[in-house]
Amino acid sequence: MGTSAIIFYTIAAIMIVFSLLAVTARKILRAAVYLLFALGGTAAIYFMMNYFFLAAVQLIVYAGGIVVLIIFSILLTSHIEEKMQKPDTWKIILTSILGFGGTALCLFVITNHLFVAHPATGAEATMATIGEKLLGYGEGGYVLPFEVISILLLAAMIGAIVVAKRNKPKGNG
Amino acid sequence: MEYQYTLWIVALPLLAFLINGLGSGRLPGKVSGWIATIAIGGSTFLSYQTAFQYFSSPSREKVIAFKTTWLRFNETLHIDMGILLDPISVMMLVVITTISLMVFIYSQGYMKNENGYDRYFAFLSLFSFSMLGLVVATNLFQMYMFWELVGISSYLLIGFYYDKPSAVAASKKAFIVTRFADLGFLIGILMVSYYTGTFDFDILTNPDGLNFSTTASFLGLSSITWALLLIFMGGAGKSAMFPLHVWLPDAMEGPTPVSALIHAATMVVAGVFLVARLFPLYYAFAPTALEVVAFIGAFTTLFAAIIACTQFDIKRVLAFSTMSQIGYMMLALGVSGYGGEEGLGYTASLFHLFTHAFFKALLFLGAGAIIHAVHTNDIREMGSLRKHQPVTHILFLIACLAIAGIPPFSGFFSKDEILAATFATHPIYFGIAVIVAGLTAFYMFRLYFIVFWGKEKKYEHAPHEAPTVMLIPMIVLAIGSALAGFIPFGHYISSDGQSLTLHINWLVAITSVVIALAGIGVAWTFYKTGSDASQKVIKALGSVYTSAFNKFYIDEIYILITKGVIFRLIAKPIAWFDRNVIDAFMNLLAAITNWVSSQIKEFQSGQVQKYAFIFISGVLIIVLSLIYATQ
Amino acid sequence: MVEQVPLNHALIVTTLMFFIGVYGFLTRKNLITMLISVEIMLNAVNLNFVFFDNYLFPGKLEGHFFSLFIIAIAAAEAAVAIAIFINLYRNIRSIDVEQVDKMKY
Repeated sequence: MGTSAIIFYTIAAIMIVFSLLAVTARKILRAAVYLLFALGGTAAIYFMMNYFFLAAVQLIVYAGGIVVLIIFSILLTSHIEEKMQKPDTWKIILTSILGFGGTALCLFVITNHLFVAHPATGAEATMATIGEKLLGYGEGGYVLPFEVISILLLAAMIGAIVVAKRNKPKGNG
Repeated sequence: MEYQYTLWIVALPLLAFLINGLGSGRLPGKVSGWIATIAIGGSTFLSYQTAFQYFSSPSREKVIAFKTTWLRFNETLHIDMGILLDPISVMMLVVITTISLMVFIYSQGYMKNENGYDRYFAFLSLFSFSMLGLVVATNLFQMYMFWELVGISSYLLIGFYYDKPSAVAASKKAFIVTRFADLGFLIGILMVSYYTGTFDFDILTNPDGLNFSTTASFLGLSSITWALLLIFMGGAGKSAMFPLHVWLPDAMEGPTPVSALIHAATMVVAGVFLVARLFPLYYAFAPTALEVVAFIGAFTTLFAAIIACTQFDIKRVLAFSTMSQIGYMMLALGVSGYGGEEGLGYTASLFHLFTHAFFKALLFLGAGAIIHAVHTNDIREMGSLRKHQPVTHILFLIACLAIAGIPPFSGFFSKDEILAATFATHPIYFGIAVIVAGLTAFYMFRLYFIVFWGKEKKYEHAPHEAPTVMLIPMIVLAIGSALAGFIPFGHYISSDGQSLTLHINWLVAITSVVIALAGIGVAWTFYKTGSDASQKVIKALGSVYTSAFNKFYIDEIYILITKGVIFRLIAKPIAWFDRNVIDAFMNLLAAITNWVSSQIKEFQSGQVQKYAFIFISGVLIIVLSLIYATQ
Repeated sequence: MVEQVPLNHALIVTTLMFFIGVYGFLTRKNLITMLISVEIMLNAVNLNFVFFDNYLFPGKLEGHFFSLFIIAIAAAEAAVAIAIFINLYRNIRSIDVEQVDKMKY
C-alpha cells in the first residue's frame, strides 16, 4: 500500500466520521463545525487528484462561505448551548433501514460493475486551461452554463435579500 | 319607388330608447320626454309619408323595403331582418305611430311629477320600437323576436311603479302568462319552418307556392293545423283571449297612458295582426284552426262584455271592453273567407282594429285625465264630473258613442262590417255579436253616466280640467274616432289585395243601432235617473251577477290549477324525489368522497421529511426493479 | 493515487457519505441541520463526479467543471435557504421542520 493510498483512506475515514457526527451531533454549532471538517476532507482529496483550483474553490466557497453563512444563521436563530432533542426512535429505525438499503443497493451496483478506464488524453487542470474552458464557446467550452450560473447567483442574491428583508410595517402599525 | 327611409321609422324610437336609457338620471329636466316625442314624431311623419306613397300607387304588392341576413342556418333556412311593406303593415305603422305620438305627448303632462320620468320614456320608446319592428317583420322569426321585445317592454311598463307590490305581481303575471303562450308560438314557428323550410312571409302567405300534406297526423288534425293553432295560442296570449286573458285586467296597474298605448291600441291587437298576417295560410290549409279562432273570439267577446258590466274600477271596465273588442276582431277573422266579398270578415276585422285603436286609446286617455283629477280608480267615488271637466266629458262621450256603434262615429262602420260578415256566415255568431254590441253600449254608458252625471261626490280637492298638453292628444284622437269610419277601408285592405267596396248592410246596421240604443237606454234608466232598478236587477240575477263580478272565478281556477294541482300534486312529489333521492345520492357520493379523503389526507401531512422519505423509498424501489429487470 | 486506490473504494466512500446525508435529512428536526445534511449529500455527489472524471476520462475535465458549477449552485441554494429560514424564524419563532406544515391540505 502506497503513501497516497494511506492518505486517501485516512481522509476517507475522517470524512465519513465527521459526516456522521455532523448529522447526529446534539449541539447545532458542533454539527456545523463537523461539516467544516467533512468539507475540508473533500478539498484534500481534490488536492490529491491535482485539481488545485477546484480544491481552492471548495475551501473558499464551502468552508469559507457556506459554513460561515450557516454559523451566522445558527447564531441568529438558535441558542448555542441548547441541546437538540433526540429524534424519535421509530424515525431513526425507519430512516436507518432506508439508508442501509440504499447503501446496499449502490454498493451492489458498484461492486458488480466493471469500470473501464480511458487513457489519459487532453489537458491538465491548470488555471489557464480552466479559464479557457470556462469562457470557451467551441468544443468543450462552458461559457453558456457559466453565464447561466452567474444569472442564477444574481437571482439568488436578490431573492435572499427580498425574502429575508424585514417586512415593511403595514399601515400605521 | 324607394322605401329605404322606412328604416328610420323603426330606428328613431330605438335611438330615443338608447339615449334615454343610457342617459337616465343624467339628462336635465324633462329633456327625455322631448327626445322621445320628437323621435316618435319623426316616425309618425315618415309613416304617413309611407302610407301616402304606398296607397297612392295602384299596386298592392308586398314591398321589401330593406332586408339583411341576420342568422344563417343553411342555404334555404336563414333568419332575416328586414322591413316588409304591405297594406296591413303600412296600416299598422300609421296606427302605432299615431297612437304612440299622442300617448307620448299626453304622458308629458300625465307623468310630469312622477319619479323615473327618464325611465318611463325610455321604456315607452323601447315599446314603440319593438311594436314597429313587429309589424314590419319580413319573417316569422323576426316577428317572434320583436314579439318578445314587446312582451318585455310591456312587463317593464306594467311594473313601472315597482315599489307597489300589486304592480310587481301584475307585471309578473302578464309576463308569465304571455310567455307561456309564446311557447306555443315558438313551437308553431318551428313546426311551420320545419314543413316549409322558410320563415319568410313572402312565401308563407302565397298559398300557391306551398304544398302541405293536410292529412291528419295527430288527434285527427294535420300537422299544419296544429302548427297554426299553436301560433294562434301565442296570438291569444298577447291579445288576452280566453283563457289566457287573466293578465290584462291586472296589467292596468301600469300608468294609464301605458294602458292606452299598449293594452288598448297596439300590443294587444298583435294577436289579431298575427292571424291576419298568416291569414292565407290559415284559410288554405287549416280551416279547423280558423274555426277555433272564431269560437275563441266569440266566446271571449261575450265573456268579457258580461264581466265589464259588473266592474267598478274604471280601467278594468276598459280592459274588459278591450278584450271584448279584440274578441270581435278575432271572430271576424275566424268567419272570413279569402278573396272578394268572401273576405269581408278580414277587412272588417282590421277596420275594427283601426277604429278601435283610436276610440279605445281616447277612452283610456280620458280615464287617465279623470284619475289624474280625482286620484281614484273607483267609479263609485266619481260623479258629476261633467261640471269639473267639460272638455274631457265631451271627448269621452265621443269615444263612448264610437265604441257603442252609433252612426256616424267610426265604431259604427267597422262594427257593422263585422256583424255583416258574421251574418253572412254564422247566424249563431251573429247573435252573439249583436248581444255583445248591446252589452258594449250598456257598460260604456254605465261608466259614462256614473262618472259624468250621477251624484256629486266629495273630493279631496275640486277636480280640475286636464292640462292642455293632455287635452290636445285627446282632441286629435277624438277627431280620429269620429271620422275614421269614413275612410274607404276596403279599398286599401282586403284579404287578397283586390279593392273591396264596403256596403252598409241596412238590415244589420239597423239591428245593431237599435240594440246599441237599447243598451244606452237601459244604462240611462239604471244610472242616470237615479232609480234603484239596477239594484233590483242585481238581486234578481243573484249568483250570475256575483260570478260575473268575480270575473267568473277564472283567476281562482288558475290558482287552483297552479297551486292545487301543479304545485301540490306534481311539483311537490317531484321536489320530494329530487330532495330525497337525487340529492341524497349526490350527498352520498360527497360523503363517501369526504370520508375517503379524510382517511387519506394524512399522506398530505405537510411534513417535508415524510415526503422526502416516501420519495427516496420510491426511487430505491424503482432502481431495485430496474436492476432486477435488466438481470 | 489513481494507481493505488481502486475506483470502487472511492465510490464506496461517496456512497456512504451520501446516505449519511440522507439519514440526516430525514431525521433532523432543525432546518439548519437539514441544510447541513443537504450540503453533505451535495459534497458526496461532487466527489463522485470528480472521481469519475479523474479515473475514467482523465484530461477531459468534464466532471471537474460539473463540480465547479454544483458548488456555485450550492452557494446560491444555501443563501436562499437561509434567507427563508430567517424569515420563517421571524414569523413563527421556530425553525422546526415539523411546525412548518401550514400548507398541508
